[in-house]
Amino acid sequence: MNPFTNGPSRRSILFGGAAVGAGALLAGCTSNADNSTKNDTGQTKVTGGDNAALGKTVTIGFSAPAADHGWIRAITDNAKKQAALYKDVKFSQVDAGADAPAQIAALQTLIQQKPDVIVLLPQDGAQLTATGKAAMEAGIQVVNLDREFSDAGAARLLIKGDNYGMGLAAGQYIGAKLKGHANPVVAEIAGIDNLPLTQDRSRGFRDGLAQYGLKVTNRVAAQFTVQSGQDVTANLLQAAQRIDAIWNHDDDQGVGVLAAIKQAGRKEFFMVGGAGSLDAMEHIKSGDSPLEATVTYPPTMASSAVSLARLIGQGKGMSDLVELQVPKQIVLTSETITKSNVDKYLPLGFRS
Amino acid sequence: MIDVASPAAASAKRAGWWRGDGSEPVRRNLGLVGVLVLLYLVGALARPDIFLHGGRLWSNELTVLTQASSIGVITIGMTFVMISGGIDLSVGALLALASVWSTTVATQSYGPGVMILAALLVGAGSGLVNGILIAYGRMVPFIATLATMVAARGLAQKISGKLTQIVKVTSFNRIAEWRPLGIPLLVIIFVVVAVLAWVLLNRTTFGRRTVAIGGNAEAARLAGINIRRHTLLVYTLSGLCCGIAAVMVTAQATAGSSDHGNLYELNAIAAAIIGGTALTGGRGTIVGSVLGVLVFTQIYNLFIVKNLQTEYQQIAQGVIIVAAVLIQQFRVAALRRPVPPGA
Repeated sequence: MNPFTNGPSRRSILFGGAAVGAGALLAGCTSNADNSTKNDTGQTKVTGGDNAALGKTVTIGFSAPAADHGWIRAITDNAKKQAALYKDVKFSQVDAGADAPAQIAALQTLIQQKPDVIVLLPQDGAQLTATGKAAMEAGIQVVNLDREFSDAGAARLLIKGDNYGMGLAAGQYIGAKLKGHANPVVAEIAGIDNLPLTQDRSRGFRDGLAQYGLKVTNRVAAQFTVQSGQDVTANLLQAAQRIDAIWNHDDDQGVGVLAAIKQAGRKEFFMVGGAGSLDAMEHIKSGDSPLEATVTYPPTMASSAVSLARLIGQGKGMSDLVELQVPKQIVLTSETITKSNVDKYLPLGFRS
Repeated sequence: MIDVASPAAASAKRAGWWRGDGSEPVRRNLGLVGVLVLLYLVGALARPDIFLHGGRLWSNELTVLTQASSIGVITIGMTFVMISGGIDLSVGALLALASVWSTTVATQSYGPGVMILAALLVGAGSGLVNGILIAYGRMVPFIATLATMVAARGLAQKISGKLTQIVKVTSFNRIAEWRPLGIPLLVIIFVVVAVLAWVLLNRTTFGRRTVAIGGNAEAARLAGINIRRHTLLVYTLSGLCCGIAAVMVTAQATAGSSDHGNLYELNAIAAAIIGGTALTGGRGTIVGSVLGVLVFTQIYNLFIVKNLQTEYQQIAQGVIIVAAVLIQQFRVAALRRPVPPGA
């Protein structure tokens, strides 16, 4: 008989107890209940007038990618919340999967269910065009959200943000402020470089700066994630000893950009953000960082898309327009948020 | 200790520096130092204002070391796993899970101490799960850690609700800002972890057992090593390294996110491999892995200070991995060649 196998040793009781205790401690740590203000009341809207009146019930199918990104998350949240505001809207969301083929498969199931309208933010505009067409041919109206189909016939309505305009607005803001500086250093922190949206933003930025005779001196590309934002910025700040202005394409990665700036102790420049997250707006309001403006690319477009999908389903037009139907295309303008107007925009800010 | 890394050991007695005797890892590491020197020369040509200027070079290299610190700690854990003959694909996901767990509203309310503890416990605990699956569930490491990789990322997304969890505890963020004696704390942590790991691998029975199991698991078992328990410990160690790296990354980014540590598993494996760690186990050094990480981070830094597109940097990274593995192949081929008489 081995005396050591007679039951748990002191050591195993000690370690077992520690493990149980650690487990209990950790389990209590997963709560994310946030007592601070839930700041999303401004991201949905129902206007009065004839269009608000209860109409024919419209079934709206919805599909958007689900990346770990504040903006993308806000798109889905806004669509859901906007739909919940209408008593005559039935909302049915399908998972967009991880890539375009997965989203196509999911949409085929949705088309079988014959909703009245489908609101679709494609994983990839070109790859989802055929699916949009198939839905239209099946008698389902398609609202194409943000990422454009390669064929306009595949959607009843396109509603999207203005990536070029966003870059242009950032370039003009920086250009106006740096006018008269000798050899200003302008840095650009882009998002994922091979996306058309990043290329459009950069083109707009170059054009905006060019109006003031300026050029981008240093350009880096992050991955739309906080960690990549921190990483490229830490290195960028070594590349340029003096910087006059930075434009960062994306407020989500901007959390990391601002962290790297703080860690390097740099403050000789000002920074412009992009998208319009709540965090960015709070920094602009308090003035505690170089971030002094951000150019919007609002995820509230999803709320608007659901509203318009309802009108399309009911055969109604937009009340301020003369036409009897919703227009074919809506491009949102990119607005510049600064300390002077940030209070107006705060309710629109999304959590990153 | 029985020497089970047999091919290398047996050939050590044979003459010829190309055949890989006992000093082979040293030469390989010198080779990596040579690559680093080469990178500095490239830097001196491309940006003399930084690389030939004492103050700016110091500042730039501290940045490189800081940005290398989290992936460096992960690579050190990975090195132990790979030397033991395994692989850990879950490191990036475990980092993300630990960072998210330690930055929830609830955890943050307990302050920086609990946040750090939570990250370390989640990392080590998840590593323990890997170890149990592999050692006692008899799963292939590749499959087991692939499963935990997917599951841990998913759990991280579930807990965070896919939101970036901004750290409001400023004392925690100071981990990435504090510079005792002018050296960033993150670099100090990296160095301390590397030194401890070197001692653990080279000066303890734990390290020798790791090498023995990776070299020949059956021989190690016959020599009386409890392979299961040891495997469990190795994966727990890797998980703990993920927890340490999670604290570093979270403080740097000032946020926890299920996106953290993206592709860290591949970067860590690549760095370990160019550092001379064998995918087949039984061979590898801490110094080599650290140098491997530094080579990649220095290349990344060079591309940004030279204002070049990052895709070239990915190409360069790929070329270096291929070159390093080819050198390793030639070395193995040289070992297997019969020794001519009189050599």
